Amino acid sequence: MEKFNTHTGLVVPLDVANVDTDQIIPKQFLQKTERVGFGVHLFHDSRYLDHDGTQENPDFVINKPEYKGASILLAGENFGCGSSREHAPWALQEYGFKVILASSFADIFYGNCINVGLLPIKLSEAEIEQLFKLSPDAQLTLTVDLPNNTVTCGELSFKFSLNEFQQYSLENGVDSVGWTLDKLDTIKAFEAKMPAWQ
Amino acid sequence: MTITSPQTMYEKLWQTHLVEEAKGETPLLYVDRHLIHEVTSPQAFANLRFHNRPVRHPERTIATMDHNISTRSIKIDAAGEGAANQLRALAINCKDFGIELFDMGHKNQGIAHVIGPELGLTLPGTIIVCGDSHTATHGAFGALAFGIGTSEVEHVFATQTLRQNKAKTMKIEVKGHVGAGISAKDIILAIIGKTGSAGATGYVVEYCGEAIEALSMEERMTVCNMSIEFGAKAGLIAPDQTTFDYVEGKEYAPKGDVFEQAVIDWTNLKSDTDATFDAVLTLEAKDIKAQVTWGTNPGQVISVDGIVPSPEDFSDPVEKESCINALKYMDLTAGTKMTDIQVNKVFIGSCTNSRIEDLRAAAGVVQKYEGQQVVDTIDAIIVPGSYRVKEQAESEGLDKIFTDAGFEWRLPGCSMCLGMNDDVLEEGDRCASTSNRNFEGRQGRGSRTHLVSPEMAAAAAITGHFVDLNA
Ligand code: SF4
Repeated sequence: MEKFNTHTGLVVPLDVANVDTDQIIPKQFLQKTERVGFGVHLFHDSRYLDHDGTQENPDFVINKPEYKGASILLAGENFGCGSSREHAPWALQEYGFKVILASSFADIFYGNCINVGLLPIKLSEAEIEQLFKLSPDAQLTLTVDLPNNTVTCGELSFKFSLNEFQQYSLENGVDSVGWTLDKLDTIKAFEAKMPAWQ
Repeated sequence: MTITSPQTMYEKLWQTHLVEEAKGETPLLYVDRHLIHEVTSPQAFANLRFHNRPVRHPERTIATMDHNISTRSIKIDAAGEGAANQLRALAINCKDFGIELFDMGHKNQGIAHVIGPELGLTLPGTIIVCGDSHTATHGAFGALAFGIGTSEVEHVFATQTLRQNKAKTMKIEVKGHVGAGISAKDIILAIIGKTGSAGATGYVVEYCGEAIEALSMEERMTVCNMSIEFGAKAGLIAPDQTTFDYVEGKEYAPKGDVFEQAVIDWTNLKSDTDATFDAVLTLEAKDIKAQVTWGTNPGQVISVDGIVPSPEDFSDPVEKESCINALKYMDLTAGTKMTDIQVNKVFIGSCTNSRIEDLRAAAGVVQKYEGQQVVDTIDAIIVPGSYRVKEQAESEGLDKIFTDAGFEWRLPGCSMCLGMNDDVLEEGDRCASTSNRNFEGRQGRGSRTHLVSPEMAAAAAITGHFVDLNA
């Protein structure tokens, strides 16, 4: 996993609550055995007018010229609800997103983002509201500083927090499997004490 | 003497699985059982290969083919090349890493969350994970069960553990007894209607109360299955005699003395009387009526004797906006009686409602309509959750009841629950579905899903609309 330090990028506002993983990446695109090839299908049903995805929907916010190249997604509450498909964060990442801002995320999706190195940031409802108000007219550019846990934009600055180990893992690009494998003796000792039925 | 403070079932499951809680690290939990399928595993296997790592406990891992497969043929390529690729990859991966696989045509094949319990792979007091969010189903046994992403699948393969933050606890008590004809699906939809679709985000939910205790294992699974639909990490029901009777004698379940000891341990799992929960929700069972969703998330649900709500009914601006969007997508007008909504597709299946009792309930409704047929403009399919369910149903003659009435009787799989195979809705289709998600496009782009119980789905197939069966 790549290390995450600071990131400055353009914000695209997707002001819809409860965006589920079926909307982020519909099931017909889950039939791959690799981790790549999902970005072009991100938000497929909203992003394209036709089933085959050849005609962009000009009204969908991500397609608007002023948001081309955005790398920070400003999202509505309960973002990523629904399935456990890691294809959702893969698709967001491959499209070019590095950070997602929302007032709340679904649990599994949140964990999946951390595991792939896409930074999910929870801000308060009021802070998210403030950013939504700023973004439509202005080309809002934000700087996310992970080591200092801040999101800044000119005068504005918000604090966010991550769980200690998740923060460490993102900053250092930890191979989480390798990390745990280093503790194999502890795991084996645990197994030795388990009841027979388990 | 040590005095331990009262614990919830979740805390007990946590404590008995805590491998390590190192400073500065997310706690490490032991995983007893790992269920895998073709869609969310290939990239995890690929990473194992890349790092040259084995699956640590292949015997704790079980694979099935369910998400992608055809329900018309057991041929691996019957649902298209993309599906066939994933299915072949699963077969190769299982062979290379020594994992038992229930592949097409195998007598144990079926939806992961249906076969786990029926084979005795699902046990109380265990942690069960699967790369699928409806893993919560297994919580019906008092197992801590939850869905994981592909990176976590890889972590479990390599280490047999997972890192997890501790969730908050919520107790949902359903007091008293439900009225006649009210199903487990109605109970869980009514709960989600109360909490909203994100009401339990960050929580592990424990369902309790007389109405829950009275449920069979199949019904408990229906309840726990939909825990994720209101955001819960997992759903739990305390194991009791109903649970032990169900597990005893199952193929993979412990036997003899080991089983006896297990029952003793499992009996102690239930939450202590004085345990405190972070949140509590109480419902009166007698108030629960048959439910139908009208919107595009499972929280947008109402009693069948109600009317489609209006955006004005919601004071919360987000809910109001969601209602406007949902009515537009669902092509519904506020004020329409739920019983006036006409459907053109019916799907009875999915890990929520494809077990033998679900099929019996649906068949019972078909029989009540004495010889009446499925409306000719409606396509109605019945997809059993597993081969074992299919066989059992056929031995009871249920398939005959369905096919005589004009339903299609299919082969087991996830099917139209997510439509990754060819069981997809067309744009504009309106479906009475016993599955668990009514998201936009879930069953096919531009299609409209109403979540209901098997009884309601059967009635809709025969009458063409939703019916208040208890009126
Ligand atoms: S039946 Fe539906 S919800 Fe259940 S495992 Fe299959 S796709 Fe997931």
